[in-house]
Amino acid sequence: MRGLFRFSQVLSTDVAADDPFAAALAQEPIKGRSLWADAWHRVLRNRAAVTSGIVMLVMVMLVIFGPMLSEWSGDYTDWDHTSSPPNLETGHWFGTDAVGRDIFVRTLQGGRISLLVGVVATLVSLVIGVSYGAIAGYYGGTTDRLMMRAVDIIYALPFMFFVILLMVVFGRHILLIFVAIGAVNWLDMARIVRGQTLGLKNTEYVEAARACGVGHWAIIRRHIVPNLIGVVIVYVTLTIPQVILVESFLSFLGLGVQEPMSSWGALVNDGAQDMESAPWTLAFPAAFLTITLYCFNYIGDGLRDALDPKDKS
Amino acid sequence: MGERQSSPIPNPILEVRDLHVSFDTPDGEVEAVSGLDFELRHGETLAIVGESGSGKSQTALAIMGLLAQNGSAKGSAIFGGQDLMQLSQDELNEVRGREISMIFQDPMTSLNPYLTIEKQMVEVVMHHQRLRKEEARAHAVEMLRAVRIADPEERIRDYPHQYSGGMRQRVLIAMGLLCEPQLLIADEPTTALDVTVQAQITHLIAELREKTSMSIIIITHDLAVVADIADCIIVMYAGQMVECGSARDVFYHPQHPYTQGLLKSVPRLDRVDDDALQAIPGNPPNPVSVPKGCRFRDRCAYAMDVCRDEPPLRTAEGGRASRCVLEIDREDNPP
Amino acid sequence: MSAQPQSSAERVPVLKVQDLTVHFSDHVGHVFHRTERTLRAVEGISFDLYPGETLGIVGESGSGKSTLARAILALVRPKRGRVLWLGEDLTQLDEESMRQKRKDIQVVFQDPTASLDPRMTAGDIIAEPLRTFFPHMAPLQIEERTRGMMKMVGLLPNQINRYPHEFSGGQCQRISIARSLVLNPKLIICDEPVSALDVSIQAQIVNLLRSLQKKLGLSLIFIAHDLAVVRHISDRVMVMYMGRSMELAERDAIYRKPLHPYTNALIKSVPIPDPDLARAARRENWLTGDMPSPYHPPPGCVFHTRCPYAVNRCHADIPALRRMEHGDWVACHRAEELDLSVRE
Repeated sequence: MRGLFRFSQVLSTDVAADDPFAAALAQEPIKGRSLWADAWHRVLRNRAAVTSGIVMLVMVMLVIFGPMLSEWSGDYTDWDHTSSPPNLETGHWFGTDAVGRDIFVRTLQGGRISLLVGVVATLVSLVIGVSYGAIAGYYGGTTDRLMMRAVDIIYALPFMFFVILLMVVFGRHILLIFVAIGAVNWLDMARIVRGQTLGLKNTEYVEAARACGVGHWAIIRRHIVPNLIGVVIVYVTLTIPQVILVESFLSFLGLGVQEPMSSWGALVNDGAQDMESAPWTLAFPAAFLTITLYCFNYIGDGLRDALDPKDKS
Repeated sequence: MGERQSSPIPNPILEVRDLHVSFDTPDGEVEAVSGLDFELRHGETLAIVGESGSGKSQTALAIMGLLAQNGSAKGSAIFGGQDLMQLSQDELNEVRGREISMIFQDPMTSLNPYLTIEKQMVEVVMHHQRLRKEEARAHAVEMLRAVRIADPEERIRDYPHQYSGGMRQRVLIAMGLLCEPQLLIADEPTTALDVTVQAQITHLIAELREKTSMSIIIITHDLAVVADIADCIIVMYAGQMVECGSARDVFYHPQHPYTQGLLKSVPRLDRVDDDALQAIPGNPPNPVSVPKGCRFRDRCAYAMDVCRDEPPLRTAEGGRASRCVLEIDREDNPP
Repeated sequence: MSAQPQSSAERVPVLKVQDLTVHFSDHVGHVFHRTERTLRAVEGISFDLYPGETLGIVGESGSGKSTLARAILALVRPKRGRVLWLGEDLTQLDEESMRQKRKDIQVVFQDPTASLDPRMTAGDIIAEPLRTFFPHMAPLQIEERTRGMMKMVGLLPNQINRYPHEFSGGQCQRISIARSLVLNPKLIICDEPVSALDVSIQAQIVNLLRSLQKKLGLSLIFIAHDLAVVRHISDRVMVMYMGRSMELAERDAIYRKPLHPYTNALIKSVPIPDPDLARAARRENWLTGDMPSPYHPPPGCVFHTRCPYAVNRCHADIPALRRMEHGDWVACHRAEELDLSVRE
């Protein structure tokens, strides 16, 4: 630490009495305008993305608080009004299904499950995928090759087979849905992150960090991951709808969540059976599902445009 | 050159009047070029010198109609009896490449890495000259020979990555010359090159000057590079012309403090003087927030109170001009 | 400039590079017909660097000067040779020991914006080495030191929270320099620190490096492709071509009387901001051709394909870097006979 004191001596001879810096020193530090702030402003100018964002917010509010607005609950069977169309008087705003359950509440509760699965499974794949990909990309060489071959092998396994196997062995449990989907999605994330890392580790600022003596983990943590986040965020917003769809597909096949819990996919499955006689049982869940998918895609597009560094002018 | 109180030069090949270029950015409207006037004679070489942010490149891009999408230009650029700024993109396409050619800074990115040189050159010739393929090819080979590429017959079949940086720049120059344009605009032609290659390219341009009647505009940030090849020089700072004149005038009797500063900061080998380079303090202004009055005021050793107002563009005979309160004097001014 | 050095025999060099050689191998061709080829980026470079001295290394692209810098910094592994820092061979150190040495040997890279992480503030960038080696240093102390560095390199300390894209090229380079100084190094390797900057800003940065060197007693290696810039900051100059050292001499000597034809060519290529002199110089321009491919260096003297003075011997024998009468080193068979003095 002795060197530091010698330094401060040198420093003190630097600032002379009439130093023009003296005035500037008294000033508060100017707040910088980070690239994130720039990107955020760009996103705000994208009308489709902003609209979708607002719609999604409304959607989330609805699925959380909506069911409380209705007098009916999701599992109550109203024998007086089975398969009845939407009706404001009865309080069945979206109608009822074949056994008299309120579609409004069911749809929103199903939304909870679908969105939850979407977000959680994506988070799982995010954490695993980013770590895996960053390590493989940064260390390169044999480590990279081995790790990515593992990814290739797992990728080649048939997903449905794997899920069915899990279901058969462990039964249909919601946690299993998370695991099954997350376990597959991280592969894509790992590949993307690895690709980005390969590029990033050759940048001059990473080289400068190495030359400054920064350790490998610190480089990954401080330099590589923050510069990946842009790509990752975009990918995440496009993964969530994918995951929701996968879950819907599983539910459609009867492999999804178990009753009385429901998801949009399960509701679509149920509704499809009564499509001709009670179209509202299909229409509402399908509409909610579709809107969500659209919104996430628009948001993802908007984010990608905003975060594209080539656009800096 | 510059605003002239006497009669305009007869038949300038290019006449630019009151050129303004601005960009629509998230920070608002940013003006890159603020009112530029100049004329270029036939067979003359003009150097536009300025640092980053001076607007020198945008001037050329505006004249050629190649501004970015968020850019807009006002003013006039009369070439061959037409105002280029009023032409549509289709009309400009006829002019570009055939009558006016432009070559850009980085030869790496200006050439398509997936096409052979032959394909790229022949495409240009066939589009503009309506020649048959064999004739176009022969013409291209001749042009490569003229820019001193060895074995042009063989090398024309190569891809850009098989050429060195200097050779790529020559190819670009050759492509610019293919249609024998009246005007060649070179945007930083030597900046990305090594010093010995720079000397070769400068030599080549000097040869072109002597052997053809082509007019040339060279845009650069390095004043020293154009000492040998420019007839007249415009010095730009923060979007404005601050000085112009013949090359001899500008190098030997620089009037504007910025020009004087530029000359002093160029490291020279022919002078065995004090070790320290004389630098201009400070940084060029951010185009977003250009200061009022004289834009060079913050960095000028001679700055006075009166510089807070817009300085006049003082002119003298011979196309001399300087945007400064200080008078132009023809006395020996130690550069 | 630092005081004129006494005869070399009395001083001990801080850095001693001996026969440093870096080769890169790759393969060309396809699966059934692969040939390995070697890029001889740096070939047998040797020099000494004394305390408080600046060595200018000049070479064009492909000369290997950047690779040389990276080899000295142990960012690239040499094929052979030694890099003796204060007597210790850096090439033999393991990664952790080398990491500790990085406190003493720092670097400033060419591209000012690319060498700064765009997601970090200027303050964080400058403080990173501090946080790396002194993880328990108090945040207030770190900030104070960072601001001190910013002042020292001519940046306003209130810019500490700004991001690289909000600074100009010259200012970014100052941030780089501040980062390299924060650990009190003894040697800074500047790899083309001004090549990407405007001419008037170049002068500012060169002056800044000079004054910092004087104030802090640093040794500098200043790499450039332009002999003119190097002149204002170097005590001695080494000229590289295709990975090899062509000439190594005291600054005044090399500019007044270069001994190697390539040095001469470089001197002649510097643009002169004087129309009459420039025109006169143009007639003398005779360096033709391009640098040969680094995968296939010419036999004998690598420069002979472009050298106007080449004779038969130059095609066959590689000239060794040998010492001439005034202590200058040159790798040319004809060094004694050629007279390349710069005439006024």
